[in-house]
Order: sequence, then C-alpha cells, then structure tokens
Amino acid sequence: MDTSIFPTSEPETSDIVLSARNVAKTFGSIQALKGVNFDVRRGQVTSLFGENGAGKSTLMKILSGVYKPTSGTIILDGEPIEFDSSTDARNHGISIIHQELSLAPNMTVRDNIFMGREIRTMKGVDFAEEERQCRLLLAELEENIDPKTRVEELRLGQQQIVEIARALSVNSRILIMDEPTSALSASEVEVLFKVIRDLKSRGVSIVYISHHLEEALQITDHAVVLRDGNMTAYAPRGDIDLEWIVRHMVGEHFNLGTPPTGYEFGDTVLKVGAVTVVDATGNQKLVDELSLEVRAGEIVCIYGLMGAGRTELLECLAGRLAARQGRVHLHGRDITRASIAERIAEGLVLVPEDRQRDGLVQTMTIGQNLSLANLLRLVRGPFTSKRLEREHVDNAIRRTTVKAGSPDHLIGSLSGGNQQKVVIGKMWSTNPKAILLDEPSRGIDIGAKAEVFRLLAEGAREGLAVLYTTSEVGECLSVAHRIIVMHKGKISAEFGSDVTKARIMAASGEAVVH
Amino acid sequence: MSSTDVSKMNPTAAKPKINIAGLLIEGRAFGALLVIIIFFSLMSPNYLTVSNLLIMSSHVAIYGILAIGMLLVILTGGIDLSVGSVLGLAGIIAGFLMQGITINSFGVILYPPVWAVTVMTLAFGAFLGSITGVLVAYLRVPSFVATLGILYVARGIALLITNGLTYNNLGGNETYGNTGFDWLGFNRLFGIPVSVIILALLAAIFGIILARSAFGRWIYATGGNQRAAELSGVPVPFVHICVYALSGMLASVAGLVLSSQLTSAGPTAGFTYEMIAIAAVVIGGASLNGGRGTVRGTMLGAFVIGFLSDGLVIIGVSAYWQTVFTGAVIVLAVLLNSLQYGGKRF
Ligand SMILES: Nc1ncnc2c1ncn2[C@@H]1O[C@H](COP(=O)(O)OP(=O)(O)OP(=O)(O)O)[C@@H](O)[C@H]1O
Ligand SMILES: [Mg+2]
Repeated sequence: MDTSIFPTSEPETSDIVLSARNVAKTFGSIQALKGVNFDVRRGQVTSLFGENGAGKSTLMKILSGVYKPTSGTIILDGEPIEFDSSTDARNHGISIIHQELSLAPNMTVRDNIFMGREIRTMKGVDFAEEERQCRLLLAELEENIDPKTRVEELRLGQQQIVEIARALSVNSRILIMDEPTSALSASEVEVLFKVIRDLKSRGVSIVYISHHLEEALQITDHAVVLRDGNMTAYAPRGDIDLEWIVRHMVGEHFNLGTPPTGYEFGDTVLKVGAVTVVDATGNQKLVDELSLEVRAGEIVCIYGLMGAGRTELLECLAGRLAARQGRVHLHGRDITRASIAERIAEGLVLVPEDRQRDGLVQTMTIGQNLSLANLLRLVRGPFTSKRLEREHVDNAIRRTTVKAGSPDHLIGSLSGGNQQKVVIGKMWSTNPKAILLDEPSRGIDIGAKAEVFRLLAEGAREGLAVLYTTSEVGECLSVAHRIIVMHKGKISAEFGSDVTKARIMAASGEAVVH
Repeated sequence: MSSTDVSKMNPTAAKPKINIAGLLIEGRAFGALLVIIIFFSLMSPNYLTVSNLLIMSSHVAIYGILAIGMLLVILTGGIDLSVGSVLGLAGIIAGFLMQGITINSFGVILYPPVWAVTVMTLAFGAFLGSITGVLVAYLRVPSFVATLGILYVARGIALLITNGLTYNNLGGNETYGNTGFDWLGFNRLFGIPVSVIILALLAAIFGIILARSAFGRWIYATGGNQRAAELSGVPVPFVHICVYALSGMLASVAGLVLSSQLTSAGPTAGFTYEMIAIAAVVIGGASLNGGRGTVRGTMLGAFVIGFLSDGLVIIGVSAYWQTVFTGAVIVLAVLLNSLQYGGKRF
C-alpha cells in the first residue's frame, strides 16, 4: 500500500483544526488502537469507516476527552493538548454524539438538552428560555417533538434526534457524530444532512461515522478507513467511491445476498389475523387490523418509516405488547394469550430494536448474555451445566461471528456492532421456528450485515420463517422473498423480490430521494 | 451513560475475569473484618477466644440469615424493608403456637409439635413475602413502598396478637410433647452453635443457587435489565414473587433462631434489623441498582457488622458510640462501592 497518502506525522496545513498523532489505546489485553494518525479539517466532513470493533468509537472518545490515549498526542489548533474530561473537551469546542444514546430517559427533552448547562438566572433555571431554544433546535431538525415530553416516551429515532439536538445546542466548532443515523428514517437523514451542510458553511468541522456507506458518501469530504486499530487508507472525496471503501474496510466486495431459492416453502408458521395494537392512552391505533402470514422457509421484510408501527407489530407478536384485538397463530396454535417465555419455548423469538434497553443485561458477561434465553435447556440436574453452557456460547459466538476477547468479559467491552451480534446470537441459539428481527442491521458493519443476512438465508433454507424490519431500502432488496410496506399501522403495499427501490419508497409515503 | 463508562472509570477492571473486580471489593470487606478482629484482640484478651468467636457468630447468624434474603431482593433491583418486622412477627407466631391453640367448639387445647410450629412459621413468612412479591410483580408497586407497608402491618399484627407483651417460656412442656424449641438457639453440634450451622447451610445453598442454577441467573438478569430479561423469556414476575417469598421465609428462620436463643418472643424483636441486613449486603459489595452481588460478600458484610458491634460491647464502648461507629463503617463501605461501580447509571 502506498503510504505517502497517509497524513505525515506533522499536520501540514493550517486547515487542520484537530489531529491525532500515533494515538494508541489498550484496554487490558485488547489493543483497540495501534498508533493512528487522524486529521479533522476546518469546515469539512471527515468520515471514518471501518468494521465493527475497528476502533472508530474509541478514537472518537479519545478526541472528545472521554478516554485518555495510552500513548500518542492530540493536537488542537497546532498545539498539543490533553483533555481531562469530556467537559474539558467541550469547553475547547469539541462535542460528540455517542453511538449509544446517553440520555436520561426519565427527564424531558428540554432538560436532557440542557443537562449540565442549564440557563441560570437570579430566580433559578430559566425554563421558558430553555424551551424556546429547544423548540428552535428541533424546528431546525424538522422534528415535531414537544420539549416537555419525557425521553422514554419517544421512539428510538426521536431519541437520536434529541441526542443530535443536544450536541448542536453546544455550538461547538468540532462536532463528532458516531453513527448518528442508525435509527433515523431516510427523510430524517436528509434533514440531518441539510443541517450538516449548513454547519459546514459556518466553518464547523465534522467527523462522521456510519455503516450506511452510500449515505455517508453523500456528505463526505474526506474518508479515512480504520481496520483492526490501524489506519489503512485515506483519500479526499474526489478519489473514492463505495467500492474503494469496502475494499479497504474488509478487503473484498460484499453484497447483501439474494433470496435463497431451490426449495419449496413449507406450511404457514406464523399467521397474524387482523391484529390491532393501541398506544398507552388507548386512543391511537399503532397497528391497525393488520394481517399477514409467513411460511416455513420464507423471508419477509417489513419496510416503513419511523412510526409506521413496525416495532409495535413485532413486540405484539413476541408477547411484549398486548393485542387489542386479532389473533396470532404459530404452527396453527393460537398463541395470542401466551407469555413471552411460552412463545420462546414454542419457537417464536424477537431480536429487539433497542439493544441497550431491551437486548442486553449490562451487568452480565458476553457469555451470560448469550445463554440467557436458553438457560433451561442447559440445565442438567439442579444446575446449569458449565460444559454445555460453554459449548452453547462458543457455538453462538462462532455462528454470529462476534469479535470478543473472551466470553467472560463484560458485555459493555464489545463494540456496538458486536453487541448487536450478541443479541441476535442469543435469540438465534434458542432454535426458533420463526424469528422476528427489528432492524437487525442497526449499527453493524457491511461485512457483519452480509453475515446476518447470510444467516437468515441459511436459516430459511432449513425451514425457518423469518420476518425482519428495516428502514433502509437497500436491505429490503437483499434476501427477502416478499417485501411488505407498512404505513400508519396498515400494510400499504406488498411486493415480490423483483421490485424497485422507488416503488417501495413511494408506497411507504416517503418522498423519493436521489 | 453507556455501559462502556464503567470501564472508563477504571479501564483495568474490565480486562481480566470480571471476578477480579468482585474479589477486590470482597477483599476490602475481608480486610475490614481482619482489621476489626486484630483491633479488638489487642484491646481485649477475651475477644479472640474460641468461645467468644462462637458466641459472636451465633449473633451474626441472625443478621446473616436476614441478609441472604435481602441480597436476593437487592439483586433483582428491589429492597425489602419488612424483614425486621417479619422476624418479629415470626417469633410471635411461633410463641403463639407454642402456647397452644384453643379450639372452642371442642373445648380442647392443641399443642402442635415443634416441627409443625417451625413449618407453619416459615410458611407464614413466605406467605407475607409473596404478598409483597405480587404487589411488586403485577401491580407495579415500588418494592420500597410495598415492603414499607408490610413493615408496619407485620409489626402491628405482632403487637395486636400479644397486646404488647412478650411470650416467655417457649421451652414447651414434656406433657404436651412440644419441647425442643430451644434446640435452635442453644444446642451445639460438634461444638458449633446450631444457629451458625444453619447460617452456613443457608449460605452454601443460596450461594450455589445464585452461582449455578438457572433461577440464580434469572435473578441477576432481572436486576441487571428487566426488559431484556423479559424478552429473553425470563419469567420476571415469578422471579419477583420468589425472591420476596424467600426473603420472608428467611426472616422467619431468623425469627425462630432469635426467639429460640432468648426462649421468649417479644413483639418488638428485630426492630430496625432490616437496616443491618441492607448494610451487610452493601458492605459485601452488592450494587443497590441490582444485578451485582454475591452471598460470599454478604456473609463477610454480616460478619463485619456483627464482630464490630460485639467488639464494641466487649471493650465497653457506650451504646451511643456503637451506633456512630456502625454508621461510619456503612458509609465507608458504600463509598468504596460507588468508587467500584463508579458512574454506572445515574
Ligand atoms: N471499555 C472497553 N473495554 C474493553 N475493550 C473495549 C472497550 N471499548 C472498546 N473495546 C474494544 O476495542 C475495540 C474497538 O472498539 P470500538 O468501540 O472503538 O469499535 P468501533 O469501530 O466503534 O465498532 P462499531 O462499528 O461496532 O461501533 C473492540 O475490540 C472492543 O471490544
Ligand atoms: Mg462504535
């Protein structure tokens, strides 16, 4: 590889506001970064690409003062600097949108945005002023959220918008965005990009991380690729395309697969009959008399915008939400009233959308998380068998290609994408007959995405019924035999695998972009 | 904050087997116990004698048994404030049964044998606990509130039954065939007080359940992230009811042991013992947010508290100062804890 394209060890132009030189970071025995050079340029977007666990988040946390580097230096405006904390970095004009949301769910949107920076007057906090600014910010992001709603009442995507709004409210000159769009819909992403262009024109420098490569290319000015803690490539926008990124990230080109063929679908496994789900107040129908069937060996994709009712549908099927009316049958058995545990035992499992809230037990290890849904099958005599559990965990790790030092490490030590794989692996290893996946590709890299879809295709071939949701059109057109578009709680269209992106998006009620 | 923040505070903690973090903090409790033993042996020649250690251990047994139940509840992210009152009420129930049940229509007095008294008392404790469990699991009453309610109700019932008086002479009577109640509190097997043996057995049983059984894992998962546990098929309501029922039952065991040691049962027995149990659990390194903690640590915590307060008595420190010292130890322990789990959750 031609090393001359890498930034040299001295930042060369005054254009560079922030840079990392030979930055390394180790966590115990894990070397997350092995001496990386990285530059942030004034008023431009630098994108950072890399597989799960490549070290992207770690590098960003170092640049924003969350972590201290094990070795190497950070240079701000040409001067070496050490940040004591993220507050310190923020005071130097650097703020970060974390990959894993860091909002207080019990507090309002307004209080979250101004947390730690409350507008104080003689008479206490000036809530009216905070609210006004909050409304302005949310208006800029074209999101209709009342500043006084509590964060836990918001959809994941809206929470992400709040997180973005909070970072914007600081008015920093360097803004780091670690997967800001993983839960956003296409139109929300468009708005965010408009905001980013606006920030650029005001001279704000941006670091952008995303596994949605095409999307990132729309906004990128410079691309940097990290691989296993090393920087493997750098190029300005003019010199790169999708193929370039993928080649440097994983070394080969991946596609997300095609619908598995060459076998007959079996009987209907999952039958949903006119199911209605209402919101907490009982007034609004989130899922509106929706019916659908999935047969053994069939892969069905549900596409829809945020708020279309996909998550609620899946949570209802999995037993988390009660159906106001309608029936759910699994292999002809009525399971409408069954508990979550009974459904899992019968072979219907859900991989939830929000892995932090619904997927992982943070106080447990990787292995304990992986075996949680399967414990009863690992019991021999009065206890769980250590040997069986070990085998089970090893299998799950191999199957879902989790990149982990040891299954005995805490789950929080994994990179975001690998945590997602653990959630999938946990439910997958219960040997389900029907699997529901809510945005299974959230936060995982293109290689892992291909892995997940390959896993789904493989499962289907063995007779598994698969139902997954996505808000990325590209992912509809991968392994799914059938694509269902949901809009306002109802099915608005149904397509075969030969449909075009534009038709899917039109049916979802979304303005066609590009 | 995200989970990674745990290790941000202390990056080395995440590296090796997670147990090391646990061992460290248990090590601190162990260190504290050693310091206490050494200090008091220097202050008083009577402290470090086999007989005194056994006597102190039989006091610890009461706290320790309560603390095991408390640990189960705290691991699920709850708290059980009712254990002290349930302990008191259990003693009263046992005393009541020992006095004989008058059956009016037949005009006879029934004297249940001691084993039957024991079984009924334990069942009653478990029943009280499962009421809390149902309140918490199905009616979503915060455990703090639910158990605060039970705390008052149980104490009130104990006072009502006895009219505020104490049952003495629980020794039973040969002619009624209900002797042997003092066995729990007074007898020794191989020179070791029965109460200490019971504590050791219970600690071993619950230690194994927590570490090795599916039910134990469910307890940890429920406390670590209830929503994720639910979606993984963990029967969360069942787990809640079980831990409160077990806590109630263990409180009854402690109540039996205490009234057996005293051969009397007073309605105010066990007053504020719930605080001692919570302190033992916390000193033992459990997190009040749930999901972390071990029986081993909790046992160390119980011994720290028991040996400290008995030591203070032996060297003649006034009861008022004892309270101050105990409080200081608790705060110190919690301080170490929050350093350990720094920043986790808000
Ligand atoms: N706090 C931590 N303790 C131990 N290991 C860690 C910690 N944080 C990160 N790591 C390890 O460092 C490596 C890089 O992780 P990082 O989160 O930076 O990856 P990433 O590139 O952001 O991945 P993703 O795309 O999945 O978000 C991983 O192997 C991860 O397991
Ligand atoms: Mg990351």
